[in-house]
Amino acid sequence: MAVTGILMLLFLILHMAGNLKIFFGRDDFDSYAHWLRTIGSPVLHNAWFLWIQRFVLLVAIALHAVSAYQLSRRDLKARPEKYAHRLRPTASYATNTMRFGGIIIGLFVIYHILDLTALVANPNGVEGAAYDNVVADFSHWYIALAYIVAMLALCLHIAHGFWSAARTLGAVTSATRATAYKATAGVLAAVITLGFLAVPIAVMAGLVD
Amino acid sequence: MKLTLRIWRQSGPNAQGTLVDYVLDDVSPEMSFLEMLDVLNEKLILDGDIPVTFDHDCREGICGACGMVVNGAPHGPQTLTTTCQLHMRTFSDGDTIVIEPWRSAAFPVVKDLMVDRSAFDRIIQAGGYVSVTTGSAPEANTQLVPKPDADLAFENAECIGCGACVAACPNGSSMLFVSAKVSHLNVLPQGQPERESRVVGMVEQMDAEGFGGCTNTGECTNACPKGIPQASIARLNKEYLRASLTHRR
Repeated sequence: MAVTGILMLLFLILHMAGNLKIFFGRDDFDSYAHWLRTIGSPVLHNAWFLWIQRFVLLVAIALHAVSAYQLSRRDLKARPEKYAHRLRPTASYATNTMRFGGIIIGLFVIYHILDLTALVANPNGVEGAAYDNVVADFSHWYIALAYIVAMLALCLHIAHGFWSAARTLGAVTSATRATAYKATAGVLAAVITLGFLAVPIAVMAGLVD
Repeated sequence: MKLTLRIWRQSGPNAQGTLVDYVLDDVSPEMSFLEMLDVLNEKLILDGDIPVTFDHDCREGICGACGMVVNGAPHGPQTLTTTCQLHMRTFSDGDTIVIEPWRSAAFPVVKDLMVDRSAFDRIIQAGGYVSVTTGSAPEANTQLVPKPDADLAFENAECIGCGACVAACPNGSSMLFVSAKVSHLNVLPQGQPERESRVVGMVEQMDAEGFGGCTNTGECTNACPKGIPQASIARLNKEYLRASLTHRR
């Protein structure tokens, strides 16, 4: 969970930063989208880097999901008889919603790929016109809403996930470090979420059209 | 104080259990929680009923024998307190108190509120010990222990093995218990000969016992009557990763 999660987190940081290029206008954004296909050239053939990256991410998602499933199965089996008086959760909302939030994010990723990679679910759906496709999406309030909900789920997932991954990998071995890692998790979650949310908000506010 | 006690009654390991209500009229706020249960049991015996079975021993918070889930909290609502050290003044007149045993597949109910915690004993047998030279006593200062290491070992040695961490964990994981033992012994020079085999052995036994997996919720630390820190779990993971790379079987 930890290793694959961190891998996906690194991708999200780059993805979020790349998305912000939309604020520099159509030409900049579309040429950036085109550039992604030329990374590694001429050593790598056109779009090869992209396919390698997609493959790695797909493996990461699959392993992350399988681990989550196995962990959940094991956890449910570890407490066959539930408490009659429910335990008061002292952990944060983010911590208690990891499974649920993860499923929301997983479903969103499938939709997101159909929408802006495969373009079959996109209202515009023109290849190479990344800017117009994004604007077409967020001109519909329900698409923007789904996106915002997914990003908020992502925010909570990262807030617990980063910190939990650090623990799993044996990094947070003192109370002082715990504070530092918790703060880092919070900042990462906030920056990534705000970065992603900037795009639909800008489109809806008419800053990007 | 007048209290309604809703207690888990189960006549044996394989019997069907249920919550049963008992009313106690004259509970003193100065009583400990276990003394209050003693009063209930005396009443039950006089009435010809079967008394409520629960584990207890030292009644001063250091043995780890007592433990029950009181109103959804292992060892009750007071932090850093075992059930025996919990006093009835924590509750109010007229309260209904729900008392349940630890719930874990690895801790089967023996009777009523008593669970079988031998899973913890088997985890200890798998590595929770150090090799010592028997015979004449060694010179006291031959093995130097840096102060921070001694403090860390002591903080983790406070674990009394009561099982509240397992009872509190939404996943029924025993990581805090194992991490306290591993942190305690692996940081000391006396624990070095078994440093790798200890962590590998204890983790394997923990998995074999049917405990759940840790998702770092921190419920264990919050319920722990000895305040074993969550950081110990990170240290266990670190020791385990290290041992996985270097351990020879």
